[in-house]
Amino acid sequence: MMNRINTTFSALKSNNKTALIPFITAGDPTLESTLPTMHALAKAGADVIELGVPFSDPMADGPVIQRSSERALAKGMSLKKVLALVAEFRKDNAITPIVLMGYANPIEAMGRQAFVTAAADAGVDGVLVVDYPPEEADDFSAMLIARDLAPIFLLAPTSSTERVQAVGRLARGYVYYVSLRGVTGAGNLDVADVASKVAAIKAIVPVPVGVGFGIRDAATARAVGAVADAVVIGSALVQTMLDAPPTQVAETGGAWLAKIRVALDQ
Amino acid sequence: MKPYDLPDARGHFGQYGGTFVAETLIQALDDLKAQYAKYQHDPEFRREFENELKHFVGRPSPVYHAKRWSDLLGGAQIYFKREDLNHTGAHKINNCIGQALLAKRLGKPRVIAETGAGQHGVATATIAARYGLECVVYMGSEDVKRQAQNVYRMKLLGATVVPVESGSKTLKDALNEALRDWVTNVDNTFYIIGTVAGPHPYPMLVRDFQAIIGQECIAQMPEQAGRQPDAVIACVGGGSNAMGIFYPYIPYENTRLIGVEAAGEGLETGKHSASLTKGVPGVLHGNRTYLLQDENGQIIETHSVSAGLDYPGVGPEHAYLKDIGRAEYVGITDDEALKTFHDCCRIEGIIPALESAHAISYATKLAPTMSKDKVLLVNLSGRGDKDMHTVSMKSGLSFYCHPECELGRHAAASPNAEQIIKLVKG
Ligand SMILES: Cc1ncc(COP(=O)(O)O)c(C=O)c1O
Repeated sequence: MMNRINTTFSALKSNNKTALIPFITAGDPTLESTLPTMHALAKAGADVIELGVPFSDPMADGPVIQRSSERALAKGMSLKKVLALVAEFRKDNAITPIVLMGYANPIEAMGRQAFVTAAADAGVDGVLVVDYPPEEADDFSAMLIARDLAPIFLLAPTSSTERVQAVGRLARGYVYYVSLRGVTGAGNLDVADVASKVAAIKAIVPVPVGVGFGIRDAATARAVGAVADAVVIGSALVQTMLDAPPTQVAETGGAWLAKIRVALDQ
Repeated sequence: MKPYDLPDARGHFGQYGGTFVAETLIQALDDLKAQYAKYQHDPEFRREFENELKHFVGRPSPVYHAKRWSDLLGGAQIYFKREDLNHTGAHKINNCIGQALLAKRLGKPRVIAETGAGQHGVATATIAARYGLECVVYMGSEDVKRQAQNVYRMKLLGATVVPVESGSKTLKDALNEALRDWVTNVDNTFYIIGTVAGPHPYPMLVRDFQAIIGQECIAQMPEQAGRQPDAVIACVGGGSNAMGIFYPYIPYENTRLIGVEAAGEGLETGKHSASLTKGVPGVLHGNRTYLLQDENGQIIETHSVSAGLDYPGVGPEHAYLKDIGRAEYVGITDDEALKTFHDCCRIEGIIPALESAHAISYATKLAPTMSKDKVLLVNLSGRGDKDMHTVSMKSGLSFYCHPECELGRHAAASPNAEQIIKLVKG
């Protein structure tokens, strides 16, 4: 079977389009809002959905996603429930790739092989563990690949050429270039700098290159989309959904993303 | 025992340790590793480090025979390694000096630190003042409230103290926030971690700087006690004072190594910080180690009367020493530590830190089970000045308050607190 992520990126490439990848935290702002939001995002033009697995100690995240994780945990969200959500989503959507993004400890607590099996069975397509850099991820990546799940890695402005090469050898699906020195949601993105870094990465890495961490509106999405294969938007969407009336979270999130889609496709 | 040469090149102690961080931190850690490898055995670096320890900290710290207490207990002879006599009042300064010297050589003008009780924050602020470095200390907002006096000390020393409002608002969250600062300001900032935790190379580097404690003991014990101890006992929060005194003793197979964790209100109550005794292995703050966590892998809140032991993880080398059976780990409750605190004041004329009181407390349990010719060496990791407030509150006394603050305390406890505070403030 061809992984949904690869299918999606091939189709985008032949249409000359940039992938749009929204990130939401599972279980935030409410447990019930996540499933309808995933469908709304797919309808609004999301090519891949990154589903955040909340963790008590999200050391690479800025305040918006920290608070979001805290709310989701307070409501009882867990890795098991995230997997159940994905299985529910798959009943109505067999196309949109789902990437789980989170931290190592909930996965280790479940058992890494048990997690990989459950994720594959639920219909997950890729897994990004923020605190599994390549040097600590050999065996876990092999477990994922054995079940046709893509291990997705981060690259940073500070990553050396040797590291980009090492990630290029391990990565499947896409790589996620962190567009600034900082945490998720920071606001000091330098588009020209991103453009030159992404070009250098694309010359080395055989999978598509997504960019995220500082993209907050249509204008930055468009500027970054011109140089990257995918743009990832997290904090701004999470904040928009939080500010929405509790009964209209999915609609608000979908409508917000649809505008980004339009800007990206112009 | 075969020669002990851990961690390996990738920072692993058996299955523990490692570099579990986001890609954004890898370059900074690689730089740190390279710089440490360069300076670790550099004679000029060693000379400066030792000079600072001698003239600024006051090392070597004495080994002291707690003879009156040993006689009262009627068993093994108890000796204290007096880290409480160091400048700034605890072992933390040894490590801060080592890391600040690295920061200077790396040309970083700004240092950051996390702190729980405030001891590591004070030590970092102290050395930053001495070297003219900008200093920012992250501290959970709960700890800022509990440790007001140390917050003021840091401010006096010129540091900026940033209260951390995320998560449980304690030490672990301060560590997360310091890591976030570091990824953002990695070009001009050196992160001085306060214990043998964090990603490689920190557990190794902090251990090496603290190992001066054990190295001195190995020279001092034959003079003081006529031989090496039968057991070395130290409290374990993150584990730096314990690793510092244990490490040089690892090859001494006849010396037991005993780490004392905070059993809080009791190991069965769930309100404790005994990661090694009650935790399971997982990944937090850049390394794999024993963690206090729930069944979903979320880190849980910990408890101890001593803020310095109140941490849900523990240095990965302790996890390894536990698994291979070279060190043992036990628990002492809040009540036991408090009783020992008072005993130590009255019997030996030494006011110990509440953290250190945990280690002493276990020694006073063990000593009577051993014969008089046996020798116990306890790391008295710090002095208790910082704990006056906590201890007086626990004893139902409140002499540590001037009249206005006393009024505030009563007001805060009253159901009409807001009204009263408004009245007082005018
Ligand atoms: C006096 C003293 N002892 C022990 C500790 C615990 O830290 P560690 O386990 O790293 O020695 C602290 C921490 O603040 C401390 O202040």
